[in-house]
Amino acid sequence: MSGHDCDITLTVNGERVTERVDARQTLVDFLRDDLILTGSHVGCEHGVCGACTVRVDGVLVRGCLMLAAQCDGAHVETIEGVSDLGEIADLQAAFEKRNALQCGFCTPGMLLTAQELLARGGVPSRETIREQISGNYCRCTGYQAIVDAIESVAQTRAGAKR
Amino acid sequence: MKPAPFAYAKAKSLDHAIALLAHPDGEARLLAGGQSLMATLNMRLSAPKLLIDLNGIAGLAGIAVKNGAVEIGAMTRHAEAERSPDIARHAPLIALAMPHIGHSAIRNRGTLGGSIAFADPAAELPACLLALGGEVDIAGPNGTRTVKADDFFKGLFETALGAADVLTTIRLPAATNDTRVGFAEYARRHGDYAMVGLAASARAAGQRLAGVRLAYFGVGNVPVRAKAAEAALADGSIDDAVMALATDLAPSGDVQATGATKVHLAGVLLRRAAKQLTETRP
Repeated sequence: MSGHDCDITLTVNGERVTERVDARQTLVDFLRDDLILTGSHVGCEHGVCGACTVRVDGVLVRGCLMLAAQCDGAHVETIEGVSDLGEIADLQAAFEKRNALQCGFCTPGMLLTAQELLARGGVPSRETIREQISGNYCRCTGYQAIVDAIESVAQTRAGAKR
Repeated sequence: MKPAPFAYAKAKSLDHAIALLAHPDGEARLLAGGQSLMATLNMRLSAPKLLIDLNGIAGLAGIAVKNGAVEIGAMTRHAEAERSPDIARHAPLIALAMPHIGHSAIRNRGTLGGSIAFADPAAELPACLLALGGEVDIAGPNGTRTVKADDFFKGLFETALGAADVLTTIRLPAATNDTRVGFAEYARRHGDYAMVGLAASARAAGQRLAGVRLAYFGVGNVPVRAKAAEAALADGSIDDAVMALATDLAPSGDVQATGATKVHLAGVLLRRAAKQLTETRP
Protein backbone atom coordinates (compact mmCIF):
# COMPACT_ATOMS: atom_id res chain seq x y z
CA MET A 1 0.00 0.00 0.00
CA SER A 2 1.48 3.31 -1.04
CA GLY A 3 -0.36 6.40 -2.05
CA HIS A 4 -2.59 9.25 -1.00
CA ASP A 5 -5.71 7.09 -0.73
CA CYS A 6 -5.67 4.21 1.70
CA ASP A 7 -8.31 1.52 2.04
CA ILE A 8 -8.70 0.50 5.64
CA THR A 9 -10.81 -2.06 7.45
CA LEU A 10 -10.99 -1.76 11.19
CA THR A 11 -13.28 -2.36 14.13
CA VAL A 12 -14.72 0.71 15.79
CA ASN A 13 -16.66 0.15 19.00
CA GLY A 14 -17.24 -3.46 17.99
CA GLU A 15 -18.47 -2.65 14.49
CA ARG A 16 -16.50 -3.53 11.39
CA VAL A 17 -15.83 -0.51 9.20
CA THR A 18 -14.31 -0.32 5.70
CA GLU A 19 -13.45 3.12 4.33
CA ARG A 20 -11.14 4.84 1.90
CA VAL A 21 -9.22 7.58 3.69
CA ASP A 22 -6.77 10.29 2.73
CA ALA A 23 -3.30 9.28 3.91
CA ARG A 24 -2.94 12.51 5.87
CA GLN A 25 -6.20 12.16 7.78
CA THR A 26 -5.67 11.72 11.50
CA LEU A 27 -7.54 9.03 13.41
CA VAL A 28 -9.59 11.56 15.35
CA ASP A 29 -10.66 13.41 12.20
CA PHE A 30 -11.64 10.08 10.65
CA LEU A 31 -13.73 9.18 13.69
CA ARG A 32 -15.42 12.57 13.82
CA ASP A 33 -15.84 13.45 10.14
CA ASP A 34 -16.30 10.07 8.47
CA LEU A 35 -17.94 8.03 11.22
CA ILE A 36 -19.67 10.99 12.95
CA LEU A 37 -18.37 9.81 16.32
CA THR A 38 -17.95 13.31 17.68
CA GLY A 39 -17.31 12.40 21.29
CA SER A 40 -13.58 12.51 20.72
CA HIS A 41 -12.61 16.16 20.51
CA VAL A 42 -10.01 18.00 18.48
CA GLY A 43 -8.12 20.48 20.60
CA CYS A 44 -4.48 21.31 20.06
CA GLU A 45 -3.69 18.83 17.26
CA HIS A 46 -0.18 18.30 18.54
CA GLY A 47 -0.62 15.82 21.35
CA VAL A 48 -0.60 18.22 24.26
CA CYS A 49 -4.24 18.67 25.36
CA GLY A 50 -5.53 15.09 25.46
CA ALA A 51 -9.04 15.92 24.20
CA CYS A 52 -8.70 13.44 21.30
CA THR A 53 -7.70 10.47 23.47
CA VAL A 54 -9.06 7.11 22.26
CA ARG A 55 -8.08 3.47 22.60
CA VAL A 56 -6.39 1.52 19.83
CA ASP A 57 -6.00 -2.21 20.42
CA GLY A 58 -6.77 -1.66 24.08
CA VAL A 59 -4.12 1.02 24.54
CA LEU A 60 -4.73 4.70 25.19
CA VAL A 61 -3.42 6.93 22.37
CA ARG A 62 -3.70 10.47 21.04
CA GLY A 63 -6.16 10.45 18.13
CA CYS A 64 -4.38 13.44 16.60
CA LEU A 65 -0.95 11.74 16.60
CA MET A 66 -2.02 8.65 14.68
CA LEU A 67 -3.16 8.40 11.11
CA ALA A 68 -6.41 6.68 10.18
CA ALA A 69 -4.35 4.82 7.56
CA GLN A 70 -2.33 3.25 10.39
CA CYS A 71 -5.45 1.73 11.92
CA ASP A 72 -6.06 -0.89 9.22
CA GLY A 73 -6.86 -4.06 11.16
CA ALA A 74 -7.01 -2.26 14.50
CA HIS A 75 -9.67 -2.27 17.20
CA VAL A 76 -10.56 1.31 18.04
CA GLU A 77 -12.68 2.28 21.02
CA THR A 78 -14.08 5.76 21.54
CA ILE A 79 -15.96 7.35 24.42
CA GLU A 80 -19.21 6.35 22.67
CA GLY A 81 -18.35 2.65 22.73
CA VAL A 82 -16.89 2.65 26.20
CA SER A 83 -19.98 4.50 27.47
CA ASP A 84 -22.39 2.09 25.79
CA LEU A 85 -20.65 -0.90 27.34
CA GLY A 86 -21.14 0.59 30.80
CA GLU A 87 -17.46 0.19 31.56
CA ILE A 88 -17.16 3.66 33.06
CA ALA A 89 -20.75 4.30 34.18
CA ASP A 90 -19.61 4.75 37.79
CA LEU A 91 -16.88 7.18 36.73
CA GLN A 92 -19.30 9.20 34.63
CA ALA A 93 -21.76 9.36 37.53
CA ALA A 94 -18.98 10.52 39.86
CA PHE A 95 -17.93 13.25 37.41
CA GLU A 96 -21.53 14.48 37.29
CA LYS A 97 -22.04 14.27 41.05
CA ARG A 98 -18.85 16.16 41.89
CA ASN A 99 -19.08 18.76 39.13
CA ALA A 100 -15.88 17.38 37.58
CA LEU A 101 -16.83 18.97 34.29
CA GLN A 102 -18.21 22.27 33.18
CA CYS A 103 -17.99 22.78 29.43
CA GLY A 104 -17.25 19.07 28.89
CA PHE A 105 -14.69 19.50 26.14
CA CYS A 106 -11.95 17.60 27.99
CA THR A 107 -14.29 15.08 29.60
CA PRO A 108 -14.21 12.19 27.07
CA GLY A 109 -10.41 12.17 27.07
CA MET A 110 -10.30 12.70 30.81
CA LEU A 111 -12.64 9.73 31.44
CA LEU A 112 -10.65 7.35 29.23
CA THR A 113 -7.38 8.50 30.76
CA ALA A 114 -8.74 8.02 34.28
CA GLN A 115 -10.09 4.59 33.38
CA GLU A 116 -6.63 3.50 32.19
CA LEU A 117 -5.34 4.15 35.70
CA LEU A 118 -8.38 2.73 37.50
CA ALA A 119 -8.28 -0.46 35.42
CA ARG A 120 -4.93 -1.30 37.05
CA GLY A 121 -6.83 -1.71 40.33
CA GLY A 122 -6.13 -0.46 43.84
CA VAL A 123 -6.57 3.07 45.12
CA PRO A 124 -3.95 5.34 43.55
CA SER A 125 -2.69 8.34 45.51
CA ARG A 126 -3.95 11.79 44.53
CA GLU A 127 -0.46 12.49 43.28
CA THR A 128 -0.60 9.44 40.99
CA ILE A 129 -4.03 10.51 39.75
CA ARG A 130 -2.71 14.00 39.00
CA GLU A 131 0.25 12.55 37.16
CA GLN A 132 -2.03 10.27 35.13
CA ILE A 133 -4.23 13.16 33.97
CA SER A 134 -1.31 15.58 33.55
CA GLY A 135 -1.58 15.18 29.78
CA ASN A 136 -5.26 16.14 29.72
CA TYR A 137 -6.00 19.83 29.94
CA CYS A 138 -9.14 21.15 31.59
CA ARG A 139 -9.64 24.89 31.52
CA CYS A 140 -12.84 24.96 33.61
CA THR A 141 -12.58 22.97 36.80
CA GLY A 142 -9.10 23.50 38.21
CA TYR A 143 -8.81 19.70 38.35
CA GLN A 144 -9.65 19.39 42.07
CA ALA A 145 -13.12 17.95 41.41
CA ILE A 146 -11.77 15.65 38.71
CA VAL A 147 -9.21 14.20 41.12
CA ASP A 148 -11.96 13.86 43.75
CA ALA A 149 -14.19 11.97 41.32
CA ILE A 150 -11.47 9.58 40.17
CA GLU A 151 -10.34 8.95 43.75
CA SER A 152 -13.89 8.22 44.93
CA VAL A 153 -14.44 5.71 42.13
CA ALA A 154 -11.15 4.01 42.95
CA GLN A 155 -12.23 3.70 46.57
CA THR A 156 -15.70 2.41 45.65
CA ARG A 157 -14.34 -0.14 43.18
CA ALA A 158 -11.71 -1.33 45.66
CA GLY A 159 -14.40 -1.60 48.36
CA ALA A 160 -16.70 -3.61 46.10
CA LYS A 161 -13.95 -6.16 45.53
CA ARG A 162 -13.42 -6.88 49.22
CA MET B 1 -3.90 22.51 11.64
CA LYS B 2 -3.93 19.55 9.26
CA PRO B 3 -0.89 18.01 7.60
CA ALA B 4 0.06 18.91 4.05
CA PRO B 5 -0.71 16.03 1.65
CA PHE B 6 1.66 13.07 1.64
CA ALA B 7 1.62 9.50 0.44
CA TYR B 8 1.65 6.69 2.99
CA ALA B 9 3.45 3.38 2.67
CA LYS B 10 3.52 0.62 5.23
CA ALA B 11 6.98 -0.98 5.09
CA LYS B 12 6.84 -4.77 5.00
CA SER B 13 10.45 -5.26 6.04
CA LEU B 14 13.57 -3.32 6.94
CA ASP B 15 14.88 -3.71 3.37
CA HIS B 16 11.55 -2.45 2.05
CA ALA B 17 11.77 0.62 4.29
CA ILE B 18 15.31 1.37 3.12
CA ALA B 19 14.30 0.93 -0.53
CA LEU B 20 11.35 3.30 -0.03
CA LEU B 21 13.62 5.87 1.64
CA ALA B 22 15.90 5.81 -1.39
CA HIS B 23 12.94 6.55 -3.66
CA PRO B 24 13.75 9.57 -5.82
CA ASP B 25 10.32 11.22 -5.42
CA GLY B 26 11.53 13.82 -2.97
CA GLU B 27 11.58 13.85 0.78
CA ALA B 28 10.47 10.76 2.65
CA ARG B 29 10.20 10.42 6.43
CA LEU B 30 10.06 7.36 8.65
CA LEU B 31 7.04 7.06 10.91
CA ALA B 32 7.85 5.23 14.15
CA GLY B 33 5.69 6.14 17.17
CA GLY B 34 4.82 9.45 15.54
CA GLN B 35 4.54 11.33 18.83
CA SER B 36 6.90 14.06 17.62
CA LEU B 37 6.62 13.63 13.85
CA MET B 38 2.81 13.74 13.69
CA ALA B 39 2.78 16.95 15.71
CA THR B 40 5.28 18.58 13.34
CA LEU B 41 3.21 17.38 10.36
CA ASN B 42 0.00 18.75 11.88
CA MET B 43 1.73 22.09 12.46
CA ARG B 44 3.19 21.93 8.93
CA LEU B 45 6.68 22.37 10.30
CA SER B 46 7.52 19.40 8.11
CA ALA B 47 5.92 18.44 4.80
CA PRO B 48 7.41 15.20 3.45
CA LYS B 49 6.14 13.68 0.20
CA LEU B 50 6.07 10.16 1.59
CA LEU B 51 5.57 8.72 5.05
CA ILE B 52 7.04 5.26 5.56
CA ASP B 53 5.36 3.47 8.45
CA LEU B 54 7.70 1.15 10.39
CA ASN B 55 4.94 -0.20 12.63
CA GLY B 56 4.28 -3.33 10.58
CA ILE B 57 7.87 -4.61 10.52
CA ALA B 58 8.39 -7.70 12.64
CA GLY B 59 11.46 -7.92 14.86
CA LEU B 60 12.17 -4.21 15.32
CA ALA B 61 10.82 -4.15 18.88
CA GLY B 62 11.87 -5.95 22.02
CA ILE B 63 14.31 -5.86 24.91
CA ALA B 64 17.09 -8.44 25.33
CA VAL B 65 20.05 -8.73 27.69
CA LYS B 66 23.06 -10.44 26.13
CA ASN B 67 26.87 -10.28 26.24
CA GLY B 68 26.85 -7.69 28.98
CA ALA B 69 24.61 -5.35 27.03
CA VAL B 70 20.97 -4.36 26.95
CA GLU B 71 19.67 -4.40 23.39
CA ILE B 72 16.52 -2.44 22.75
CA GLY B 73 14.78 -2.72 19.41
CA ALA B 74 14.19 0.70 17.90
CA MET B 75 10.40 0.25 17.77
CA THR B 76 10.12 -0.63 21.45
CA ARG B 77 7.48 1.63 22.99
CA HIS B 78 8.29 3.79 26.00
CA ALA B 79 5.50 2.06 27.93
CA GLU B 80 7.10 -1.34 27.36
CA ALA B 81 10.48 -0.09 28.61
CA GLU B 82 8.78 1.57 31.56
CA ARG B 83 7.25 -1.75 32.65
CA SER B 84 10.23 -3.96 31.76
CA PRO B 85 11.98 -5.74 34.66
CA ASP B 86 15.06 -6.08 32.40
CA ILE B 87 15.24 -2.32 31.95
CA ALA B 88 14.75 -1.71 35.68
CA ARG B 89 17.54 -4.12 36.54
CA HIS B 90 20.02 -3.74 33.69
CA ALA B 91 19.40 -0.19 32.44
CA PRO B 92 18.25 1.68 35.57
CA LEU B 93 19.01 5.10 34.04
CA ILE B 94 16.39 4.47 31.36
CA ALA B 95 13.93 3.42 34.06
CA LEU B 96 14.59 6.68 35.95
CA ALA B 97 14.10 8.78 32.82
CA MET B 98 10.97 7.08 31.52
CA PRO B 99 8.32 8.72 33.76
CA HIS B 100 9.56 12.15 32.66
CA ILE B 101 8.76 11.48 28.99
CA GLY B 102 5.45 13.00 27.94
CA HIS B 103 2.35 11.39 29.38
CA SER B 104 0.88 7.92 29.59
CA ALA B 105 -0.86 8.08 26.19
CA ILE B 106 2.33 9.43 24.58
CA ARG B 107 4.48 6.69 26.13
CA ASN B 108 2.03 4.04 24.92
CA ARG B 109 2.86 4.98 21.36
CA GLY B 110 6.27 6.69 21.32
CA THR B 111 9.36 4.57 20.64
CA LEU B 112 12.89 4.64 22.03
CA GLY B 113 14.44 4.48 18.57
CA GLY B 114 12.21 7.28 17.32
CA SER B 115 13.23 9.55 20.18
CA ILE B 116 16.95 8.95 19.61
CA ALA B 117 16.72 9.23 15.82
CA PHE B 118 14.69 12.45 16.09
CA ALA B 119 17.36 13.80 18.51
CA ASP B 120 15.39 16.62 20.05
CA PRO B 121 18.04 18.47 22.09
CA ALA B 122 15.62 18.78 25.02
CA ALA B 123 14.62 15.09 25.01
CA GLU B 124 15.59 12.63 27.74
CA LEU B 125 16.64 9.53 25.83
CA PRO B 126 19.40 10.99 23.62
CA ALA B 127 21.07 12.25 26.81
CA CYS B 128 20.63 8.84 28.48
CA LEU B 129 22.29 7.13 25.51
CA LEU B 130 25.19 9.57 25.75
CA ALA B 131 25.50 9.30 29.54
CA LEU B 132 25.67 5.51 29.32
CA GLY B 133 28.16 5.51 26.46
CA GLY B 134 25.78 3.38 24.46
CA GLU B 135 25.66 2.81 20.73
CA VAL B 136 23.13 2.33 17.96
CA ASP B 137 22.91 -0.04 15.03
CA ILE B 138 21.99 1.55 11.73
CA ALA B 139 20.81 -0.24 8.60
CA GLY B 140 21.18 1.46 5.25
CA PRO B 141 21.52 0.80 1.53
CA ASN B 142 25.14 -0.31 2.05
CA GLY B 143 24.51 -2.66 4.95
CA THR B 144 24.63 -2.16 8.68
CA ARG B 145 26.98 -0.25 10.94
CA THR B 146 27.30 0.65 14.59
CA VAL B 147 27.78 4.21 15.81
CA LYS B 148 28.80 5.21 19.35
CA ALA B 149 26.66 7.75 21.19
CA ASP B 150 29.59 10.21 21.33
CA ASP B 151 29.65 10.23 17.50
CA PHE B 152 25.92 10.03 16.84
CA PHE B 153 24.57 13.51 17.66
CA LYS B 154 25.89 16.00 15.10
CA GLY B 155 23.78 19.13 15.35
CA LEU B 156 20.27 20.42 15.87
CA PHE B 157 18.00 17.46 14.91
CA GLU B 158 21.01 16.16 12.98
CA THR B 159 22.56 12.74 13.60
CA ALA B 160 24.85 10.21 11.97
CA LEU B 161 21.79 8.79 10.20
CA GLY B 162 21.90 9.23 6.43
CA ALA B 163 18.88 9.95 4.26
CA ALA B 164 18.23 6.25 3.54
CA ASP B 165 19.26 4.90 6.97
CA VAL B 166 17.08 3.27 9.61
CA LEU B 167 18.09 3.11 13.26
CA THR B 168 17.39 -0.50 14.27
CA THR B 169 18.85 -1.18 17.71
CA ILE B 170 19.97 0.73 20.81
CA ARG B 171 22.72 -1.02 22.78
CA LEU B 172 23.55 0.00 26.33
CA PRO B 173 26.16 -1.48 28.65
CA ALA B 174 24.27 -3.61 31.18
CA ALA B 175 24.52 -2.29 34.73
CA THR B 176 26.83 -4.13 37.13
CA ASN B 177 27.03 -3.93 40.93
CA ASP B 178 29.39 -0.96 40.56
CA THR B 179 27.12 0.99 38.22
CA ARG B 180 25.70 4.23 39.56
CA VAL B 181 23.17 6.36 37.71
CA GLY B 182 21.42 9.65 38.30
CA PHE B 183 18.68 11.54 36.53
CA ALA B 184 17.15 14.94 37.18
CA GLU B 185 15.30 17.47 35.10
CA TYR B 186 13.50 20.73 35.60
CA ALA B 187 10.31 21.35 33.64
CA ARG B 188 7.54 23.80 34.39
CA ARG B 189 4.87 21.11 34.06
CA HIS B 190 5.14 17.35 34.30
CA GLY B 191 5.60 15.85 30.85
CA ASP B 192 6.84 19.04 29.24
CA TYR B 193 10.22 19.12 27.61
CA ALA B 194 12.76 20.01 30.27
CA MET B 195 14.20 23.51 30.56
CA VAL B 196 17.36 21.72 31.64
CA GLY B 197 17.95 18.04 32.32
CA LEU B 198 20.79 15.74 33.29
CA ALA B 199 21.44 12.05 32.75
CA ALA B 200 24.47 10.72 34.62
CA SER B 201 26.35 7.48 35.02
CA ALA B 202 29.49 6.39 36.85
CA ARG B 203 31.24 3.43 38.43
CA ALA B 204 31.71 3.16 42.17
CA ALA B 205 35.42 2.77 42.98
CA GLY B 206 35.71 2.46 46.73
CA GLN B 207 34.48 5.72 48.21
CA ARG B 208 34.96 7.51 44.90
CA LEU B 209 33.37 7.61 41.49
CA ALA B 210 35.14 6.65 38.27
CA GLY B 211 34.09 6.89 34.64
CA VAL B 212 31.70 9.75 35.38
CA ARG B 213 29.60 10.75 32.38
CA LEU B 214 27.30 13.75 32.66
CA ALA B 215 25.00 14.36 29.68
CA TYR B 216 22.92 17.53 29.83
CA PHE B 217 19.88 18.17 27.66
CA GLY B 218 18.05 21.39 26.89
CA VAL B 219 21.32 23.36 26.97
CA GLY B 220 22.46 23.26 23.35
CA ASN B 221 21.81 21.88 19.89
CA VAL B 222 22.70 18.35 21.00
CA PRO B 223 22.98 16.55 24.33
CA VAL B 224 26.14 17.96 25.91
CA ARG B 225 28.81 16.19 27.98
CA ALA B 226 30.07 18.29 30.89
CA LYS B 227 33.61 16.99 30.87
CA ALA B 228 35.25 19.38 33.34
CA ALA B 229 32.46 18.69 35.82
CA GLU B 230 32.89 14.95 35.22
CA ALA B 231 36.59 15.22 36.16
CA ALA B 232 35.82 17.33 39.23
CA LEU B 233 33.18 14.87 40.40
CA ALA B 234 35.61 11.97 39.94
CA ASP B 235 38.07 14.00 42.09
CA GLY B 236 35.41 14.04 44.77
CA SER B 237 34.34 17.69 44.81
CA ILE B 238 30.74 18.44 43.99
CA ASP B 239 31.36 22.18 44.54
CA ASP B 240 34.18 22.17 41.98
CA ALA B 241 31.98 20.17 39.62
CA VAL B 242 29.18 22.73 39.85
CA MET B 243 31.72 25.54 39.28
CA ALA B 244 33.09 23.72 36.24
CA LEU B 245 29.69 23.84 34.55
CA ALA B 246 30.34 27.50 33.72
CA THR B 247 33.06 26.33 31.33
CA ASP B 248 31.32 23.13 30.19
CA LEU B 249 28.00 24.68 29.21
CA ALA B 250 27.10 27.72 27.16
CA PRO B 251 23.33 27.50 26.76
CA SER B 252 21.46 30.14 24.82
CA GLY B 253 18.51 31.75 26.46
CA ASP B 254 15.03 30.82 25.23
CA VAL B 255 11.46 31.82 26.04
CA GLN B 256 11.64 30.01 29.37
CA ALA B 257 15.01 31.00 30.80
CA THR B 258 18.18 32.97 30.16
CA GLY B 259 21.44 31.14 29.56
CA ALA B 260 22.63 32.15 33.04
CA THR B 261 19.50 30.68 34.63
CA LYS B 262 20.02 27.44 32.74
CA VAL B 263 23.61 27.17 34.01
CA HIS B 264 22.33 27.77 37.54
CA LEU B 265 19.66 25.09 37.11
CA ALA B 266 22.30 22.74 35.68
CA GLY B 267 24.21 23.12 38.95
CA VAL B 268 21.12 22.41 41.04
CA LEU B 269 20.42 19.29 38.98
CA LEU B 270 24.06 18.20 39.28
CA ARG B 271 23.82 18.24 43.07
CA ARG B 272 20.66 16.10 42.89
CA ALA B 273 22.14 13.65 40.40
CA ALA B 274 25.45 13.46 42.29
CA LYS B 275 23.54 12.42 45.38
CA GLN B 276 21.93 9.61 43.39
CA LEU B 277 25.33 8.60 42.01
CA THR B 278 26.79 8.17 45.47
CA GLU B 279 23.89 6.09 46.75
CA THR B 280 24.30 2.34 46.61
CA ARG B 281 22.05 0.55 44.16
CA PRO B 282 19.12 -1.14 45.86
